[in-house]
Amino acid sequence: MYAPQILIEAALNGLMTGAVYALIALGLTLVYGVLHIINFAHGALLTVAMFAVWGAFALFHVDPYLAMVVIVPLMFGLGYGLQRFVIGPASHGNDNNVLLVTLGLSIVLENGLLALFSSDTRALDSDAALQVIELGPLLLSTPRVIGFVAAIAVTGLLWLVLNRTDTGRAIRAVAREKLGARLVGIEVDHVYAVTFGLGCACLAVAACLLMPTYYVNPRSGAAFVLVAFTIVVLGGMGSIAGALVGGLVIGVVESFSGLLLGDSLGQIGIFLIFILVLLVRPTGLFGARA
Amino acid sequence: MLAVDSLTKRFQGLVAVDRASLEVPAGSITGLIGPNGAGKTTLFGMISGFLAPSEGRVLFEGEDVTRVAPHLRARCGIARTFQIVQPFAGLTVAENIAVGAYLRHPRRADAVAKAREVGTRVGLGDQLDKPAADLTVAGRKRLEVARALATEPRLLLLDEVLAGLNPSEIRDILPVVRAIRDGGVTILMIEHIMQAVMTLCEEVYVLAQGKMIASGPPRQVCADPQVIEAYLGKGAAARMKAEDSINGEAVDA
Amino acid sequence: MSARDLLPAIVVLAVLAALPFLGLSGALLNFLVTTLIIALAGLGWNVLGGFGGQYSFGHAAFFGTGAYATAILQMKLGWNAWGALGAGIGLGALVGLAIGYLSFRAGLRGSYFALVTLAFAEVFRILANAADFTGGAAGLLLPLRPGLATLQFADRRFFVLLLVAFVGVALLASRWLERSRFGAHLIAVRENEEAARALGVDALAVKLRAIALSAAITAAAGGLYVQYFLYLDAGVAYGTWISVEALLAPIVGGIGTAFGPLVGAIALQGLGELTKHLAGGIPGIDLVVFGACLIAVIAFAPQGLLGLRPFRRRRKARDARAATVGA
Repeated sequence: MYAPQILIEAALNGLMTGAVYALIALGLTLVYGVLHIINFAHGALLTVAMFAVWGAFALFHVDPYLAMVVIVPLMFGLGYGLQRFVIGPASHGNDNNVLLVTLGLSIVLENGLLALFSSDTRALDSDAALQVIELGPLLLSTPRVIGFVAAIAVTGLLWLVLNRTDTGRAIRAVAREKLGARLVGIEVDHVYAVTFGLGCACLAVAACLLMPTYYVNPRSGAAFVLVAFTIVVLGGMGSIAGALVGGLVIGVVESFSGLLLGDSLGQIGIFLIFILVLLVRPTGLFGARA
Repeated sequence: MLAVDSLTKRFQGLVAVDRASLEVPAGSITGLIGPNGAGKTTLFGMISGFLAPSEGRVLFEGEDVTRVAPHLRARCGIARTFQIVQPFAGLTVAENIAVGAYLRHPRRADAVAKAREVGTRVGLGDQLDKPAADLTVAGRKRLEVARALATEPRLLLLDEVLAGLNPSEIRDILPVVRAIRDGGVTILMIEHIMQAVMTLCEEVYVLAQGKMIASGPPRQVCADPQVIEAYLGKGAAARMKAEDSINGEAVDA
Repeated sequence: MSARDLLPAIVVLAVLAALPFLGLSGALLNFLVTTLIIALAGLGWNVLGGFGGQYSFGHAAFFGTGAYATAILQMKLGWNAWGALGAGIGLGALVGLAIGYLSFRAGLRGSYFALVTLAFAEVFRILANAADFTGGAAGLLLPLRPGLATLQFADRRFFVLLLVAFVGVALLASRWLERSRFGAHLIAVRENEEAARALGVDALAVKLRAIALSAAITAAAGGLYVQYFLYLDAGVAYGTWISVEALLAPIVGGIGTAFGPLVGAIALQGLGELTKHLAGGIPGIDLVVFGACLIAVIAFAPQGLLGLRPFRRRRKARDARAATVGA
């Protein structure tokens, strides 16, 4: 059928894509785990971050990895503000409303970018994308290896923040028991907004890792959003470890179904997994909460 | 009318209800009491079909309904209320009750007429066109009863309809419950307020830690040392007896 | 239903039917057709989402099925257009039943239901884009053959009449939901499924019937779309655009009301045209406005345009619902 080398390369490529997927899913699952809402604007916010990376490079020739220093805090601030001043107040604490408000937000962001930048696809004009690392008989793209390592590192870092800092403890307290957290003096709205901001910060990192090998147009994020939902559902809503494992699994599945079915049909594997997991085991492989 | 035969419900390792049996004779008001966490609502859930028992049977008028879905039990003539009231908040009081009335009256006009009649009977007559969300706690309790009653049940399961009401509200609703029974509906009620149980029920069952520990006429059950201990802790019955005799001696002296 | 229940619907339909004969320009006729198609799709969404409280993000699955079936049955099997449209509506309902059966049986609701419907629609889109009999990525071009049997009219005004008739039927169905046992059951399930079941309501059966009816109406919109524009590809048929339009119209107009979808479709399409007009040729600007409208409606007018003061008559109960939902 296929030579082993092709299969191994497909698997490794899948893992590397999967790590970035995991990072995107991480933001989604964090927001779900704490706010118990599904942020439908996650994909559009990723697009915003990707445009920011592209803009920084095109206008100021800032290296995408270096751009993290600016774009991550900016996206954190954007996320904080959106949750605190738009999503929170507009949805009156009703889950269906959150879904619709974030849908509205994604429509605004996506088409706002379309109005500003047209539907043209843009990529970084840099030869960094072409560098490779030789690993025995395998050739691996350097930026994708960097992406893989950085994505795993950020996941670990987020885990540390949640488990070893006061902010993290406050976030976990709110996730567990909103009312109790409020009673002991935690400002829940602030924690919600911080969490949402952290979710967006994850997107910013993902955007910086993606852009050296990927491209951006106003619809780019939409391609990732269902993948991210699939990962979150597969890994269990709210589970960080689940997002990481789910991301890697989905990356590999996508890589292999692309190999076997071709690119246009390849994506279908992800949706079928998504539907199956939802129908059969909506708590995911790791999560306990439906 | 209703016979519950050694019903058991296990949640993972925990046994919430352990081989509980009871019988509700037709035309009676039967009480189910017990301390918090005894498994009363779980038992109700199994009788009304919302929870599947791990073991045991539920017989309604001699028919085994253990595996019958809740909506079909309602059609058989079993109606229930919920401890935590669950009004259809977006509808008016009359529309709420009509959802129940539609069970036996497919035509809108009939169902609405029936709903208004039942609503008036439970004392909601002047609030029928209000949004259900605007009702007071007492009003919502009445609405729970009215909705269930509108399905024209033969057996009505009342889950703590008096909880959260003040004494005067309780006094107002007691005759409503009695009138329902006098209208030919058999009632099984979970209740915490002993005074109400004493005045309403002919027969009382006591559930403690999932087990049926006593049954009989309310006064007899309340004097049962096992029941007192279930409520107040081990040794309570002996202590009370001792206190009684001390007090008695004090009076004597 | 009494004559009084139907009067508003009849008046609105009569006005819509008369509009094309008042000398509208071609562009305005096109606008009217698009608006009515979206209103029809929205009326379908509203049955399940508005009356039933099950928010679908994938009504494209039904719209596209109706559209593809209508086109393919005529082109590949030589069916009469009316029969093909009827079959498309039936197939749409079947797809609805299948998706509903799988999702509701699995107990999906709220966000999970929204996501699974979206995923189903995407699966259909990818399949339609790859399959041969759907014309693949190139799409389908329905041959132009005006005539009553082919459901194509040289005079577009007659197509508006046809659409008005379909919208009328969908409005009647919505009116019936407001006045019938099935409608009461559906609303009861929306408000509190457990309480409804305790009152003898078969919640699964009610939701299945609702999704079948909802899908059938939206499938009709799809079939009529392809009859008018005579072109179809996977992005049009199963794309997210129609899923979004179908839910925007009822939510903006007034969710769970008979007229909501129609009012919302007219308001949104009108606003969209106006924005495009004012902003010139900037792409996507109308959708920016739609998205902002959606957020604004949820934030400030949860009952939509029909819930605003000038339109309000005995709507107290619904306000109460908004208040409890908001609490």
